[in-house]
Amino acid sequence: MSALISRWRSIPRWAQLVILAAVVIFVPPVINIVERQTGFGLLTQVNRALIYVSLALGLNIVVGFAGLLDLGYAAFFAIGAYTFGILTWPSLRLDFSFFIAIWVCVLVAALFGMLIGAPTLRLRGDYLAIVTLAFGEIIPPLVRNLDNITIRIGDLVLVESFNLTNGPLGMKPLGRPNFGIVESIAGLSPGQLDPGVNPTFWYFIIVILVLVVLSASRRFEDSRIGRAWRAIREDETAARFMGVNTVRVKLLAFAFGASFSGLAGAVFASMLGAIFPELFRFQVSVFLLIIVILSGAGSVWGVLIGGLLISTFDGVLLAQIMPSIFPNSDVQSLRWVFFGIGLIAVMLFRPQGLFGHLGQRQRASQPVKEAAHGDAA
Amino acid sequence: MDPQLEAFLRQVLVGLSIGCYLALIALGYTMVYGIVELINFAHGDLFTFGFFISLTIWGLFDVPTPLEGAWILALPAIAIVVILLSGGLNVVIERVAYRPLRGASKLAPLITAVGMSFMLEAIFAYIWGANQINYPRFIPTTNFLNDFSRIIRFTPRDILLFGVTIPAMIGLTLFIDRTRLGKAMRAAAQDREAAAMMGINVNRIIAITFFIGGGLAGVAGMVYGLYTGSGRFIMGFEFGLFAFTAAVLGGIGNIRGAVLGAFIIGMVQAMSDLYIGGEWSRVIIFSLLILMLVFRPSGILGSTTSVEKV
Repeated sequence: MSALISRWRSIPRWAQLVILAAVVIFVPPVINIVERQTGFGLLTQVNRALIYVSLALGLNIVVGFAGLLDLGYAAFFAIGAYTFGILTWPSLRLDFSFFIAIWVCVLVAALFGMLIGAPTLRLRGDYLAIVTLAFGEIIPPLVRNLDNITIRIGDLVLVESFNLTNGPLGMKPLGRPNFGIVESIAGLSPGQLDPGVNPTFWYFIIVILVLVVLSASRRFEDSRIGRAWRAIREDETAARFMGVNTVRVKLLAFAFGASFSGLAGAVFASMLGAIFPELFRFQVSVFLLIIVILSGAGSVWGVLIGGLLISTFDGVLLAQIMPSIFPNSDVQSLRWVFFGIGLIAVMLFRPQGLFGHLGQRQRASQPVKEAAHGDAA
Repeated sequence: MDPQLEAFLRQVLVGLSIGCYLALIALGYTMVYGIVELINFAHGDLFTFGFFISLTIWGLFDVPTPLEGAWILALPAIAIVVILLSGGLNVVIERVAYRPLRGASKLAPLITAVGMSFMLEAIFAYIWGANQINYPRFIPTTNFLNDFSRIIRFTPRDILLFGVTIPAMIGLTLFIDRTRLGKAMRAAAQDREAAAMMGINVNRIIAITFFIGGGLAGVAGMVYGLYTGSGRFIMGFEFGLFAFTAAVLGGIGNIRGAVLGAFIIGMVQAMSDLYIGGEWSRVIIFSLLILMLVFRPSGILGSTTSVEKV
C-alpha cells in the first residue's frame, strides 16, 4: 500500500490529473457493463456513496479538523434537503432554479450551523456531543409536524393550516437541474440533458459536488483557519494563549461543516426527487461518524477513500451481494453489528483510522490520538 | 367529576409511572458519569436487554397468565436473575469498550459507547426480532379506582411499578450514603487519583458502579414489560436519552437529582401528551435537554462532580 502511494507521488501532477479524470469518466460505462452482467444496481450506489463522501468530508471539518464531536450532523443534511424542497416543491410555488436553490441551501445550513454552534461552544466536548445529538433528534419530528402550521396572535390569524413540509407524506416532486442554456448552445433538443432519474447524469453532477467539497476541504486544511482548527483540537487553552479566537474558529468549523451537508442535502433531494423525515434519522449521523472515524478523522484523502469503501461495503456487499449468495440469512440486519464492532475496534487499536496516514506526508500528528492526549491533560 | 380535571389527574399518574422507570435508568447514568465522567450511551440498551432477557426467562417455564398462587414468587426470583445478567453485561461492556480508553480523551469512550449501543440494538433485533414484541400480561389491570373514576387508573401494575422502583431508589441512596462501599464510590467520584492513593481499588469500584447501574436499568426494562405489555429493540435509545436528560436536569452525578429529574421529565411528557400533542413530546424533551446543557449544565440541584474539567 505504502509502496503504491510513493509510486503515485512520483508521477508528475498533470499525469495524476489525467489518470484521475480518465478513471472518473470511465466509471459509468464500466459499471453499466458490470450491472448488465450481474443484475445489481451499482451506479445508484456509487452516487449514494459519493453523496455520503461529501457529507463525511463536511463532518470531517467539525470532528476531524476542529475536534468537536457532532452526533447530530444529519440535521444539517435534513436542513439542506428540506430547504431545497421548500424552494422547489411545486405546491409552494417558489420554483427556484436548481442552480440558485443549492446556494441558498448552503447559506441556510451554514446559518443553522452557527445557530446551534453559538450557544454550545462553551460546553465541554461530551456535552457538546449530546447537544448536537438532541438537535439532530429534534429536526425529523419537527419537519414531520410542520405540515399544518397555524400562528395566531390574539384574534389575528397570521398563518392558517399552512403546509410547509408535507409532513410524513414527504415532498414530491422536487426541482431538477435544467440545462436549457447548454442545450441551446450545443444545438441539442430541449430536455435532452434533463438528468431525470438517469444515474449516469447524476453521477457527473455528484462528481462535481465531490470535487467542490474536496477542494474546499484541501484548501481549509493548510490555511490559516485550518491551522487554527488543529490548534484548538490539540489544546484549546494553549491555542487561546497563542491568540486564536477560539469562539470564532469553532463557529466557522460548524458553519463550514454544515454548509457542506447543506449542499449535499440539496443535491441529494434533487436526485431522489422526493424527501421524507425518515431519511435523516440518527442512524445517518452515526453512519457518517463511522465513515470519518474508521477512515481517519482529519485526513481528507482518508475520508474520501474510506467513505467510498464503507458506503460500497454497506450498499453493495451487505445489501446486494451477500443476500444473493446467502438468500436465507439476514445479513443486512447485522450491518450495525459490523459497524459497531468496527467503531470500537478502531478506537481501541487504531485511533488514527484505517486510512488516516494517506496524504499526511511529513506531518507527524495523528489527529484523533493527538486530540486524545491533548484533551486528557 | 369535571372531565378536564379527570384527564389531568390521569396524566399525573401516567407521569409518575414514566418517572419511575426513567429514574431507574437515570440512576445508572448519573452514577457512572459521577465516577468515570463518561456518557454511557449504551446504558439505555441495558433497559431493552432487561426487557428481552426477562421475556426469554419467562418463556422457559409454563407460566399461567395472569400470575397466580406460588408463581407470584417467580417475580422477585426472575427480577434477581435479570439484575445479575444485565449488571454483568454492563461490567463486560465497561471492561471491553471503556476501560482501555480511560487515559484517552473523553470523546474516545463516548464514540465506542455509540458503537456499542448500535451493536447491541442490532443484536437484539437479530435475536428477538425487529417488530414490536408483546410481553405476556402477567399482572391484571383491574382498576382500583373504578367506583371513583373510570378515566383515572390505578391497577396492580402500578403497585408493582411503585413497589419495585421506590424501594430500589431508597435502597440505592442508603447504600451510597451509609455503606463502606458507597463511601468508596463517593470518594472515587470526587477524585479518582486521591481515592486510589487511599487504598481504594478504583477499577473494582468502577466495575461495581457499572454492575449496579446495569442491574437497575435491566430491572427497569423488566418492570416496563410487565407494565406496558410491549416493547421494541430500539426503545432503549429513546429511554436512555430521556433518562440522560433527567440526569442532567437534576445535576449529573447527583443521585437524588436524577430521581427528581426523572419525575420532572415524566410529568413533562405526560402533560405535553395531553395538552400539546404526543407528536411534540420528543421535541419538547430534547429542547429541554439542549436548554439545560447550554444554560445550566450543573442542573437544578447542582452536580457532585464539582470540578469542571475542560
